[in-house]
Amino acid sequence: MTPAGSIATTVKPELAALRWVRGAAAVCAKDLRSELRSKDTINASLSFALVILLLFSFAFDPGVDTVREISGGLLWLVFAFAGALVLNRSYARELVNDCLDALLSSPVSGAQLFLGKCVANFVLLVAVEVICIPVFGIFYNVNWTRHLGQLAITFALGTWALTVIGTMFSAMTVNLRLRELMLPILVYPMMIPALMAAIQLTTVLMAGNTVSADNLIWFKVLIGFDIIFTILGVSFVDTVLIG
Amino acid sequence: MRNRIIVILAFAAAALLSFNLYKVFMVLPDELNQGAIYRIIYIHVPSAITCFTCFFAALVSSVLYLAKKDMRFDGVAAAATEVGVVFASIVLVTGSIWARIIWGIWWTWDARLTSMFVCWLLYAGYLMLRRAIDEPGQRARLCAVMSIFAFTDVIIVWKSIEWWRTQHPGPVLSIRNGGGMGPGMEAPIWWNYLALVMLATILIMVRMRQEDIRREIDSMRRWAHAL
Repeated sequence: MTPAGSIATTVKPELAALRWVRGAAAVCAKDLRSELRSKDTINASLSFALVILLLFSFAFDPGVDTVREISGGLLWLVFAFAGALVLNRSYARELVNDCLDALLSSPVSGAQLFLGKCVANFVLLVAVEVICIPVFGIFYNVNWTRHLGQLAITFALGTWALTVIGTMFSAMTVNLRLRELMLPILVYPMMIPALMAAIQLTTVLMAGNTVSADNLIWFKVLIGFDIIFTILGVSFVDTVLIG
Repeated sequence: MRNRIIVILAFAAAALLSFNLYKVFMVLPDELNQGAIYRIIYIHVPSAITCFTCFFAALVSSVLYLAKKDMRFDGVAAAATEVGVVFASIVLVTGSIWARIIWGIWWTWDARLTSMFVCWLLYAGYLMLRRAIDEPGQRARLCAVMSIFAFTDVIIVWKSIEWWRTQHPGPVLSIRNGGGMGPGMEAPIWWNYLALVMLATILIMVRMRQEDIRREIDSMRRWAHAL
């Protein structure tokens, strides 16, 4: 092999990887830009989240002890419901003017499209969470800032889990007649292991305790869930969208 | 040929199941702590393993469908999932009856029970997804992916009694290093499992025949429309 050839083989994979990431980033930027300009989904999702936070106050007596015991469950239910609005629109918004067909025939692969949309949805959901958590703290008198680092990791892992599952099933149901009905039926049971883990960890952290060896399994569940479903999503999205 | 296999399997399953039930109710003694109700384990555990076997068969045929694009594999996956959901329902109901007698409650939200319920919901969702898609190719493709995703929960159900401290009893079968059963008490579980797997196979074969006939009717209808 000539020296020039060996240089070419060492440089090319990096370039290909970079190009791959750039393709996914383009999809993500497109989604975020169109959302920033219209603000349809984020506004709906945020108002829905606030309405659920309000409704919870009627469901139980919002005393300090009760809220401390169920804070994780409350917050994650809010995010799971409000998140479904964001995730439902993720592929559905591409149906108008056959944009989905245009995206599929573009040089961007299904996996890039999926990961780009995942990251965009992740950013939108995190935005909703960043606004809702302080509001929750004020409404229900919870001091949530005591273990900010661990809480941030929990929310990042949990939100990625919701996002990956939601984006995948959004792709699966995009062409169905009963899209709005089928998505929640399929998505929520699928999310449960991740939701359970995130709820347990958030409750522990919001109560002011650190994550002990006893609760470490929930971190493992979240990380395992994220890795397994990201791989499954990337592997099967082409099958789902193209066949 | 298929009919003959179904009849032979049906006779074999009926004979084996009757013999097992005779042994469980007439020969085996009551359990020391639980009394007579422990006998539900001979339906509960074999049904659980049968339902996982069905879901595994659905997983394998879904992967085969995606690899080979042969609609027969989609038929197997659909049939196996339907039968699996029936056995999953039996698991939940028999478990609840046992819990009512031993724990005093029908249900508790521990990891085993919750993950099994989620498993039931996921595969029920699979069946609903099948009904929601009209185009056969698209239905087969999406349902195959759904089946692969749903199977991850079967692994969680299987391992949950090791990963978490559950109210549900820990492993009792010797293959999982349980060894919690007296001599002669474990064998009927496996014989019952064999009988239920035969029953499940019969149901899957009958269901697949329906699926074949439906495909035939569909193609005849298309042919008639073309005329």
